[in-house]
Amino acid sequence: MTRYPRWKFFLLLTALIVCGLYALPNLYPDAPAIQISHAEAGGEVTDVARQRVLGALDDAGLNHGPGETVGTSLLVRLDDTEAQLRAREIAANLLGDNYVVALNLAATTPQWLRAVGASPMNLGLDLRGGVHFLLQVDMDDVVTSRMEAWAGNAKLTLRDAGVRYRSVAVDGTTITATFADQVAADAARAPLRRALDNFAMKPAGDSPEVVLTLNDSALKEMQDYAVDQNRTALNKRVNELGVAEAVVQRQGSDRIVVQLPGIQDASQARRILGRTATLEFRLVDNSVSSARLRTGVAPPGLEFFPFKGQEGRIVALSKSKIATGDQVIDARMGFDQQNGSPEVNVTLDGDGAKRMQRITGKNVGNPMGVLFIETKTDVQKTTDADGNTVDKMVSTTDKYVINVATIQDTLGSRFRITGLDNPAEASELALLLRAGSLAAPVSIVEERTVGPSLGAENIEAGLKSMALGLVLVLIFMVVWYKVFGLVANVALLGNLVIIVGIMSLIPGATLTLPGIAGIVLTVGMAVDANVLIFERVKEDLRRGLKPLQAIEEGYGKAFTTILDANITTLIVAVILFAAGTGSVQGFAVTLFIGILTSMFTSIIGTRAMVEMIYGRGARAPAKLSI
Amino acid sequence: MAMSKAEMNVNFMGARKPLGILSIALVVISVVLLVTRGLNLGLDFTGGTTIVVKSPVDVELSQTRADLSEAGFGDAVVQHYGSPKEVNIRVAPKDSVDADKIGYVVFDALKAENSDLELLKVEFVGPQVGDELRDESGTAMLLALGLMMLYVWFRFSNKFGVATVVALFHDVIVVLGLFSLLQWPFDLTVLAAVLALIGYSLNDSIVVADRIRDEFRNTRETDPEAIINGAVNQTLTRTINTSLTTLLVLVALFFFGGEVMKAFSEALIVGVLVGTYSSIYVVTNILFMMKVTKEDFLIPEPEELDETP
Repeated sequence: MTRYPRWKFFLLLTALIVCGLYALPNLYPDAPAIQISHAEAGGEVTDVARQRVLGALDDAGLNHGPGETVGTSLLVRLDDTEAQLRAREIAANLLGDNYVVALNLAATTPQWLRAVGASPMNLGLDLRGGVHFLLQVDMDDVVTSRMEAWAGNAKLTLRDAGVRYRSVAVDGTTITATFADQVAADAARAPLRRALDNFAMKPAGDSPEVVLTLNDSALKEMQDYAVDQNRTALNKRVNELGVAEAVVQRQGSDRIVVQLPGIQDASQARRILGRTATLEFRLVDNSVSSARLRTGVAPPGLEFFPFKGQEGRIVALSKSKIATGDQVIDARMGFDQQNGSPEVNVTLDGDGAKRMQRITGKNVGNPMGVLFIETKTDVQKTTDADGNTVDKMVSTTDKYVINVATIQDTLGSRFRITGLDNPAEASELALLLRAGSLAAPVSIVEERTVGPSLGAENIEAGLKSMALGLVLVLIFMVVWYKVFGLVANVALLGNLVIIVGIMSLIPGATLTLPGIAGIVLTVGMAVDANVLIFERVKEDLRRGLKPLQAIEEGYGKAFTTILDANITTLIVAVILFAAGTGSVQGFAVTLFIGILTSMFTSIIGTRAMVEMIYGRGARAPAKLSI
Repeated sequence: MAMSKAEMNVNFMGARKPLGILSIALVVISVVLLVTRGLNLGLDFTGGTTIVVKSPVDVELSQTRADLSEAGFGDAVVQHYGSPKEVNIRVAPKDSVDADKIGYVVFDALKAENSDLELLKVEFVGPQVGDELRDESGTAMLLALGLMMLYVWFRFSNKFGVATVVALFHDVIVVLGLFSLLQWPFDLTVLAAVLALIGYSLNDSIVVADRIRDEFRNTRETDPEAIINGAVNQTLTRTINTSLTTLLVLVALFFFGGEVMKAFSEALIVGVLVGTYSSIYVVTNILFMMKVTKEDFLIPEPEELDETP
């Protein structure tokens, strides 16, 4: 009599119980809810706010949960999506700007399951509805604007060092400073090298100039920084939108993925995400004559910009920036204590503050301008040298001065921007500065929006086809392989439980519609292993082997073939995961997991059951039901 | 269910030659189609915008088309999407409108005519992303084929490797050819199906090839045709049953999986059928072409081969 090792039974049972436990939460459907969090990061929802919201919901006649605290936010469950929408409106109107109210789905996982860390599978956007954006960061713009900042830095350094220069020009990633003579050029080298330490300096040549080229590592760092900065800014904006469980992730070297589950109004999201506005603080030069301003040709070192909302008013700004929007770490709207006019209180980071202090210290009484820069990026078709049509990202930039104010005193890390038209403008400016202006313009290069009803339809379609496919396969197996078929079917069902359990256990795994297809396909292919084994067993029985021998031989001989079959599919799944995006990766994930688990259940699982049925009796069975 | 009875002996090899010619013809036609007609590449690969709208009542496509041309989208492709109430509209990039806003412009134009419309889905893929996805997908497919060849090379040496790889290429080319012939939309999901097929097809061929090799080693029979025929017969039930279970779930997906899964299951249904056929006929035909004999299997085990420099 064959004796099947006990540890394998134990392993099987453990796997089934553990995965079954973690698969359980998927049986509890999510409940619609609203999530209320404080607008300030880390701020908590006060008891007063909580009571007011719950009271208002009662007044509106909406059934709601008691309101539970999740992290620092408050989650209130509601009966259906309609009640959820109404509740959000009520809560948002009630709480105003201090709180963000978002639609969310609350898991209804029972406490005892949550206690062991079990939670339902993450559903992809195609199943739960929502928007997926892929944003492209315009790197050329990053490089140009940073290089200009460095060039400004170089000029300042030269001025501080008392070296007179003719010009400081930027070309790509190279800064060329030209001097009257070699003596000046030599004198400039040491201070420039110190100030621009991430540049490589070309050895002195015949011409009186210093040529500095940005290091590759610094260039990459700069680009990384820009993308990360954008990611952070987008993250904050998404939070302002009030989307729960939003994903803002970097993809590749210059792209950012934004996923907003459950968003109903994609256009609002686009508007907020797409804003590529930033600010620059610069000195105003009032000495330029109005005749000169009208010509539009700025003198060296200055640039002309229109003043927002004032037709025909042109302001001359110095080319060098005192500070930029990405150096703002906080911005709040406030009111002037004397005249009550709106203002924005800005806090700069260390670098920004240092520059601000130095420059404003020397310019008390002079005006400073706030330049607003908004970039729109479009894809344009152009024809390259070979006559092919190529798509090129073309950015158009709007720049205008929104505010000119006199510097009253040396400004440090904190200062205020006054002269704003109205509180609304001030509040918008503050929000924009606070949420972090984008370090580089972005454009949407991919968008996939799935309405919530389509998401629900997709889930239904997926489940329906899975159920039907499963039933057909179960019937086929029982009809064809009888008791052995039944064994294979039990293993198949166990396999499904394990797949769902593992998908729920892996925090990053997301179920998509193609992912469901992957599971369905696994159902079809998982029984392949059993078909192979059972056919071998049948053959061996025909060859006259005794039943238990035939089982032993069948499992043994079929094993390498099964391994082959699964390794080829595993390789494919890995490639799909690496090359695919979003929903297709979901397919790769379920296929991969499904293949591994099906090997486990259809080899070890069925063997254990077969041993239980045929291997336990005192006498070896005379016949197999196969 | 007479097939499960033992001692099945269908003379598969009898039809070997005409089917070999058929396979060659299919591959040639497919290649010609792919070169001349190409694939009907979906949004993922071409870039552009697709929106799906739903109306409470059945939608007349001619009316939708008329509404769209009025709004300046005369070149839009309008189709029903799963049901007569749902419409899929595909628009190529347009110069006058920001590429990423076209979907909303189209929807607003339609909604002006029919205020009950619901926006189910908007997909916008920028041309640059489309190009990249196309390149990446091509690479993925070649990589998958390459790795399969590598695997087969490790797994078998000599003629069997060649036979299974030829069968693999045969399947992929024929499926792509059919997609080209019928101009079925080819998008990322279909690509996933084709890659899954690569795994499936090879697996199917390996099972048959494995058995042929075993038979050559173990039998006293010397006629290759008889040996191969026997091996094909022995694995026949397995070949058919596995294909059948896979087909069952695919058919379920085709009918109930919704529009997204339709093309996916189409690709795999065709693929499984072609793959089953090729694992029987293409593999064996190639083996015959290379004049496989019993001597091919008297070579030492692969492990010893590894030690040769």
